[in-house]
Amino acid sequence: MTGGPSPASAATEGDVGQVDIAADATARAPVVVHDQVVPARAPWTHQLLAGEHLRIVDLHGNQAVDFLAYVVADPVERYSAPDTIAAAGNVFLTSGTVLMTNRGRPMLTVVDDTCGRPGTIGGACSRESNTVRYGHHTAHQHACVENFLLGGAPHGLGKRDLQSNVNWFMNVPVEPDGTLGIVDGISAPGKHVEVRAELDVIVVVSNCPQINNPCNGFDPTPVRMIVTRPS
Amino acid sequence: VPAASIGAAPQFRTDFERTTVVSTASTNGARDHARAQAGTVATTQPTVPATALTDPPDGVDAADVVWDETIGAGGYATRRVPQGARVRLVDVDGDTCAGLLLHRGDAPAERLNVADTVKLQWQAYPGPGYLLLSDMGRVLATVVDDTCGCHDMFCATSNQADNARRYGDGTAHGPTPSGRDRLVVALAKHGLTERDVAPNVNLFSGVVIEGDGTVSLRHRSYAGAHLVLRAEMPLIVTVADVPHRLDPRPAYTAGRVRITAWRGPPAGADDNARTATPEAVRAFENTDEETRLAECAR
Repeated sequence: MTGGPSPASAATEGDVGQVDIAADATARAPVVVHDQVVPARAPWTHQLLAGEHLRIVDLHGNQAVDFLAYVVADPVERYSAPDTIAAAGNVFLTSGTVLMTNRGRPMLTVVDDTCGRPGTIGGACSRESNTVRYGHHTAHQHACVENFLLGGAPHGLGKRDLQSNVNWFMNVPVEPDGTLGIVDGISAPGKHVEVRAELDVIVVVSNCPQINNPCNGFDPTPVRMIVTRPS
Repeated sequence: VPAASIGAAPQFRTDFERTTVVSTASTNGARDHARAQAGTVATTQPTVPATALTDPPDGVDAADVVWDETIGAGGYATRRVPQGARVRLVDVDGDTCAGLLLHRGDAPAERLNVADTVKLQWQAYPGPGYLLLSDMGRVLATVVDDTCGCHDMFCATSNQADNARRYGDGTAHGPTPSGRDRLVVALAKHGLTERDVAPNVNLFSGVVIEGDGTVSLRHRSYAGAHLVLRAEMPLIVTVADVPHRLDPRPAYTAGRVRITAWRGPPAGADDNARTATPEAVRAFENTDEETRLAECAR
């Protein structure tokens, strides 16, 4: 299992996700301050300083990464899906989308997205919601909410602190009649998203363990987290 | 106290000599002045007792009414209602946005989860039969009637920054308060905090989502449009009456919302909402497990 903030460590899997921050292509190379592979099904948490970038690399393709963030100075201020949707006027995120807090402040900015159409309306799977979606036999399976609770606990965050999250690498279309659902992903090995912290933030991630829908290609796999800061 | 006097209307409401000019320079005068104000009727206020309402919903006995309250622009209301209660929200003036949040009354860490609600029902737009689901895979409430048909599960309510930008002031004490601040204060009455302000539903101001993900405000409500919820668990029902955050108008526009709740049974075994989909069946099965626990405790 992966835990709280840890010193920079070499990634152990693959060589995809080379750090090449698009927005700073002409600047000096950014400094990697943390580089970690998150195992399949695991939680991950890390504190980003304002100005630092987090790149999330989908190492094997079609791996949903559920994502929450909290302001370090006062974690009651946190990532808010509805504030982000209202500010962007769109339920999909893309390069340039600003992730907003529940108090209406810019929190993180999407600076790069090679996958396309990450969303923020799909929520997180839980043991409890899995029983509704798939049947009571799924009650003991791994689920994102378990990861959020594990990842948030070291920061004093609990159930009441969980709100609607970002779904990186997940595809949730909405039909004209309102039919909505998680369908086959459009991500692929090596695709990545990158966000820049506008505030000091705690990030809590669930490398989604779901095996009952196509969000992970029915086979959860590792992802890589690379934190950089401008040199 | 003689039994006959219990429940008698307070005499000062009718007996006080209103025409008397009272000075508030003395405690007696200040008391008289304060008491003289009782009986005033405001356009937004609760009916107390709720059973005194003069226009109960069709087929409802006034004796069963447990909550009747009208709120206006910038207002909020919050109240606990028992399992089985019907909660009717009316768009009185035909131009409003009612930010609705639900918490489980006997365990408020469990609350409305809009993401689970749309995902588990495979449906973004509420209507009759739609379930409002908790973050624990259970049914908090069922939409049993909806004459508006245009609501919003995605944008939640406004914050101070929104209103400062749109109206020049977003403070809670100012003329154009945000929905978030209304919810924070309302929930504090139950011992809850800003942590408990989950994304809410907006009623009577709806949105549509285009294929490219664009979110657009759609207004199809009208004076008298209403939505009736059935509480499938004991609930804390909280409503903030503020403009939708995507409402482009420069004026802070939120008409009155009337909330009326009355006693009733929860979904029966053969209720359509319970049997409509396999997801609904299981969500109600999960809910029933909790109901049985509550019955065991009684």
